[in-house]
Amino acid sequence: MRCVKRGERVRLSLTLNGRKLSGEAEPRMLLSDFLRHVLGATGTHVGCEHGVCGCCTVLVDGAAVRSCLTLAVQAEGKAVTTVESLARPDGTLNPLQQAFQNNHALQCGFCTPGILMSFTDFLQRNPAPSEAEVMEVLSGHLCRCTGYAGIVAAVLEAANNRNQP
Amino acid sequence: MKPRPFDYARPDTVEEAVAILAEHGDEARVLAGGQTLLAMLNLRLVEPAVLVDINRIPELDVIREVDNRIEVGAAVTQNRLLAWPPLAQKLPLLAAALPFVGHFQTRNKGTVCGSIAHADPTSELPLSLALLEGEVVLRSRHGTRVLAATEFQQGMLTTARAGDELITAVRFPVVPGGVAFREVARRHGDFAIVAVAALADGVNGMRIGVAGMAERPAVRRIAGGESSATHDAIERLAWELQGYDDVHASARMRRDLLRRIAPVVMEEARRCAA
Repeated sequence: MRCVKRGERVRLSLTLNGRKLSGEAEPRMLLSDFLRHVLGATGTHVGCEHGVCGCCTVLVDGAAVRSCLTLAVQAEGKAVTTVESLARPDGTLNPLQQAFQNNHALQCGFCTPGILMSFTDFLQRNPAPSEAEVMEVLSGHLCRCTGYAGIVAAVLEAANNRNQP
Repeated sequence: MKPRPFDYARPDTVEEAVAILAEHGDEARVLAGGQTLLAMLNLRLVEPAVLVDINRIPELDVIREVDNRIEVGAAVTQNRLLAWPPLAQKLPLLAAALPFVGHFQTRNKGTVCGSIAHADPTSELPLSLALLEGEVVLRSRHGTRVLAATEFQQGMLTTARAGDELITAVRFPVVPGGVAFREVARRHGDFAIVAVAALADGVNGMRIGVAGMAERPAVRRIAGGESSATHDAIERLAWELQGYDDVHASARMRRDLLRRIAPVVMEEARRCAA
């Protein structure tokens, strides 16, 4: 059994975007804060911090989850994937990101990392979604700039391109 | 905001989890998916002394069929049940209702048992458990008790769980017949204003379940069919449950929603059974 006393800082190891990393956290530290402040992965954004806005969405063992509704200690030993993993090291956008650019699916970009991670998971499970399915997944995110239409178009374009032979 | 400090325990077995709950009782909180609990911790609406994380207890992460019931363990997420291949055949009501529980992203982590434990009066899973006459399995140091859904959920966010008890599973009976589910919410994924489920089980009339009208889901048997008796029964139910006023809707609007949705859902269940 893993037990950590309040205020006690323990070393947590996890895999972040394929790299084994570790850092110290007390039990109450959220995964979102652990990623940003301890591991320095600031691509994941924090909006509402109570699970409504979806900005902080990351993949834990491949599943899109709110990192503000996950404790850092819960991710111990897990594989965490964030927006930093998507583009190539030389900055080339991945097809989903490219589709976002093509369709003006972002303006200020604050909510974008979470949305990209949600659809990274979703398109794996459902490679040919309908518009309604895309909108259902997008309902888990708040974007205050775009009006969502560009985002829906981008996800459908990314899915389409992927399914071309 | 950030949670207040708490002790964290991640037991490997149900016995260990139950021992911690026996020691700390109401001062402890069980962490399953955390899709409500973590938000409440962040907002400091709850300040437990100990958080008991049950996510890595293998025996709780199980879906199995026992005696014509589907038993869903306390660590099983909503999306895992939704992706369970026999779901549509065994529990068509859950296949219809689960997509309305939160969002894709919260269902990846939120658990079936956690939603039932939270006992929100508008929630889809407590309504489904009540309509199917399911059960909740509770373990403590003193043993196991099994409560009917109606005994378990006592009121708004209030259940019969004692402080030293762990919900280990819920059981949904496999019932033949047609089912249907509908809810009205401002946006998909929001809490329902009113949700209605129906089960046309071939016995005299059909079972109808209503959430969002009272402190907990209400289940009744109604004649069914395009008759004035059905109409009168729904009208009586609307006045009996009354509804309530909150920021989302007035009691009157809730009664109106029930009058409009119930006949549609009952007709869908009847056609589904045929």
